[in-house]
Amino acid sequence: MMSLYPLLIIAVVLFVILNLAAGLIWVERRLLALWQDRYGPNRVGPFGLGQVLADSVKLFTKEDWIPPFADRAVFVLAPGIIVATALLSFAVVPFAPGFVVADLNIGLLFLLAMSSLGVYSVVLAGWASNNKYSLLGGIRASAQMLSYEVFMGLSLLGVVILAGSFRLTDIVEAQRKVWFVIPQFAGFVLFLIAGVAETRRLPFDLAEAESELIAGFHSEYSGMKFGMFFVGEYIGVTLISAAIALLYFGGWLGPILPSALWFAIKTLAFICLFILLRAGLPRPRFDQLMLWGWKYLLPLSLLNLLVTGAVVLALS
Amino acid sequence: MFSLLRSLWEVFKHAFHPRVTIQYPEQKPYLAPRYRGRIILTRDPDGGERCVACNLCAVACPVDCIALQATEDEHGRRYPEFFRINFSRCIFCGFCEEACPTYAIQLTPDFEMAEYNRQNLVYEKKDLLIDGPGKYPDYNFWRVAGVAIGGKEKGQAENEAAPVDLHSLLP
Repeated sequence: MMSLYPLLIIAVVLFVILNLAAGLIWVERRLLALWQDRYGPNRVGPFGLGQVLADSVKLFTKEDWIPPFADRAVFVLAPGIIVATALLSFAVVPFAPGFVVADLNIGLLFLLAMSSLGVYSVVLAGWASNNKYSLLGGIRASAQMLSYEVFMGLSLLGVVILAGSFRLTDIVEAQRKVWFVIPQFAGFVLFLIAGVAETRRLPFDLAEAESELIAGFHSEYSGMKFGMFFVGEYIGVTLISAAIALLYFGGWLGPILPSALWFAIKTLAFICLFILLRAGLPRPRFDQLMLWGWKYLLPLSLLNLLVTGAVVLALS
Repeated sequence: MFSLLRSLWEVFKHAFHPRVTIQYPEQKPYLAPRYRGRIILTRDPDGGERCVACNLCAVACPVDCIALQATEDEHGRRYPEFFRINFSRCIFCGFCEEACPTYAIQLTPDFEMAEYNRQNLVYEKKDLLIDGPGKYPDYNFWRVAGVAIGGKEKGQAENEAAPVDLHSLLP
């Protein structure tokens, strides 16, 4: 019986994450509408929740067209990669004490590695579409991911120094006294910016930039392949939000309420922040994005790492 | 950097603003009295058709959606034999209303004309003609026009002088 327990965890995690990703489409549209003084989808079912179902039925029944000029194999493979990598990263996310698929001792590294593998999806999609705009989107995505990946890892190292472990459960347990957002505030801000860039969400959605690249890397995609990019993006948002909650806001730690609920509340709060960023901020120019990444954020994260290390060394 | 945070805060505050959406089918939007919607043909206060089939509306129509055929009744009143507006072409510009010399064709604040079948958007005279006078309740073209029709000779219109006997004008 004990051997079935991990399978149960996997099933629950998959069920929750995939449903959340679909539900987030509705959440995002309603929240964007709220901040733009509109209602958003409110017709199908209670509060428009049936919109999720209607959207998925639409995506599944749409014509799934592969352009004749596309590189077929890669074209089909690309949307799968983004969903697979994003789902794999959830393997190391602890939802509650003991409720984790694989409590790796390099959990944080695994999470970083998987979320950066996601860029292959975008680049390959842009390449396989055999379309100038898609290719431009793919190139932009790869450049953006490379430059923001660098200080994303560096900004997390402050947390690793304080916790003394790469294991995510250890990092959460190390925040019993104080959440890492207080000693690592700069790291938190840097990770938040890098996380938004990592998920290619507005204001860092230069890879799809609908006003200049007509949806960039996924302009040739339709039907459920397009839906996979969508789901992958929302799983990515959930992942980064969960990572912020775990690394800086004490994960499942919190009074009174059950631990899994605390984790869910914190994650949802950051998902809402992601949507607020999309509602409120314009998209920067591509050179501005690169300049920010390399000239300001990278040195800042190095400085943060240096100061954290020095303080920990001085106190020990 | 601070402008970004400020705009985020400003956007967030909109969560507590009233929403501007009018929930349409349940809640009707306010339409101005002179809103240009569904086109009607009106009648004069006596109940006769105002339209004199002069074709000015059809000429003014930029999309050529109005078609009509003029004819005359036994009193010598001109009226359209058929009057057809193709609302799948109509752009609701109101030029026909401006061109109309008898206030017969008018645009109303009604826009709920959707149809499942395109052919149903072609309105015939029986669909267009209403029983009332519309926007100009007292206006009656035939009573002010100096045209003789059955029951009204020349000189009997409002503010019209009696016709001059040409022979009395001889020097």
